[in-house]
Amino acid sequence: MITREDVEHISWLASIKIEDEEKDEFVEQFNSILEYFHQLDEVETDGIEPTFRVVDLANIFRDDVACPSLSQEEALRNAPRRENDYFKSPRIV
Amino acid sequence: MIMLAELKERLQAGSAEEYLSRLFEKIEKSSLNAFTTLARESALKHAREFDRKPSQGLLAGVPIAIKECISTKGIETNCSSRILRGYVPPYDAHVIERLKAEGAIIMGKTNMDEFAMGTSTETSCFGPTKNPWDLARVPGGSSGGSAACVAADEAPCALGSDTGGSVRCPASFCGIVGLKPTYGLVSRFGLVAYANSLEQIGPLTHTVEDTALLMEIISGHDWRDSTSAEKGSYLPGLKDGVSGLKIGIPKEYFGEAVGEGVDGRVESAVWDAVHTLESLGATWQEVSLPHTKFALAAYYVIAMSEASSNLARFDGLRYGLRQGEDKDWHTTFSEIRALGFGPEVKRRLLLGTYALSAGYYGRYYLKALKVRTLIKDDFLRAFKDVDLLASPTMPIPAFRIGERINDPLSLYMADVFTVPINLAGVPAISVPCGFAGHLPVGLQLMGPHFGEATVLRAAHAYEAATPFHEAKPEVV
Repeated sequence: MITREDVEHISWLASIKIEDEEKDEFVEQFNSILEYFHQLDEVETDGIEPTFRVVDLANIFRDDVACPSLSQEEALRNAPRRENDYFKSPRIV
Repeated sequence: MIMLAELKERLQAGSAEEYLSRLFEKIEKSSLNAFTTLARESALKHAREFDRKPSQGLLAGVPIAIKECISTKGIETNCSSRILRGYVPPYDAHVIERLKAEGAIIMGKTNMDEFAMGTSTETSCFGPTKNPWDLARVPGGSSGGSAACVAADEAPCALGSDTGGSVRCPASFCGIVGLKPTYGLVSRFGLVAYANSLEQIGPLTHTVEDTALLMEIISGHDWRDSTSAEKGSYLPGLKDGVSGLKIGIPKEYFGEAVGEGVDGRVESAVWDAVHTLESLGATWQEVSLPHTKFALAAYYVIAMSEASSNLARFDGLRYGLRQGEDKDWHTTFSEIRALGFGPEVKRRLLLGTYALSAGYYGRYYLKALKVRTLIKDDFLRAFKDVDLLASPTMPIPAFRIGERINDPLSLYMADVFTVPINLAGVPAISVPCGFAGHLPVGLQLMGPHFGEATVLRAAHAYEAATPFHEAKPEVV
């Protein structure tokens, strides 16, 4: 069972703030969805390999040559906050 | 109804600008809410250039509508999410480069479920798109805008993306053709990632031949997508018929076998389609895909997990929403993401984060990937005995706007026949096969990996023998 405390912890991990009044609804919805997921427990999967990708392509190489990329101005054009030629982030420490 | 090849010829002789202006006029008056952005200026400029000096190319002068999550240089691409409003990509997706190289005109962007998370186009920050066959109903999703605009003749063709049915579901609900290609056949470069091990870009068109034409253009290797494969050949052989083709009917996709069961009218339309294919020279036999009932749970665990990782990039630093005073790093980003994402996206990101968190990875994500192997093996086994599989695309016709949106699980249930295909990575097409009352029904034909040519050939033979693709909704 997921609890309010679990929802608060997941919210922190996912970096999505959840308001107090939203928490009970999330608890209820998460529990009903997870209960549905638990039907996977019925499937016998001992010795079965996981499928991360369906089409097996391994070791795709390309030549290591420099080619044109975005200009600094193009890369920064969508930044909501910038300072000179940098993205401006919130304080980290 | 006019096919793309014919439209192209008419535009060579007539005026692309005039045709495009008429489409824009129609869209302006439309109540469907299929488009989010119209690239009026650049599209009309392109059309005028074409009229002055008609170019060659498979789609020369032909307008195309593009789903919101496919990057278009210079045209806003926001995934119908508040967090990406105003983002203008500095580059084109691979498929857009290919379309432009063949002379196509990008006319605008179409509405979708926010970040492609939905089955109804109701989770868009722009509000729902309406179904042209019944304005009180959903067009399906998540590529609902792309399907609705083609069905209502607001665009001659469109691209969508399909992670768990997002091209086939709206194609089915809106009465048009939609293809989910084999995983790897179409480059995902420039497609905003939701669940990258599942999704493919695919065409939405009036006819199977139009879809084959678009596949000739958008498929093929691209070094910027390391999962991308070489293209096949789709137009030659398209009209070779179905004589001798063996079609499997997966028993789990009919009746009450899984999910909420299949609507009787949908089921009978699909059986009629199977019998039509039989009359054209194909044979059918029952087959079993025994792990079908676990596909929905496996799909949602995998999709949510991948989404929680892929959407971590949306934090208002390099693009998108940023509001108020910056606080500390974590608080700032947590508040932006709370404001920028809608409820369904939050639900999936939070659940995906939980499924990948310490102590739960093995129980949910790894378990779902193992079940995925069993589901894929079901398909591989079936394709040893048959050439194609046939089923309903959706168990139900289009439902009412608002009917399911507040109950996430009931919305997920609608995807029961589309998600197994993405888990297995095989191709599947939805073609119109009749009506449930006044609402279109879609037939889903599935093929083995890179079996697009056979899927398209059978779909074309069926279409040529039936009138359903010619039916038109009566919308203004």
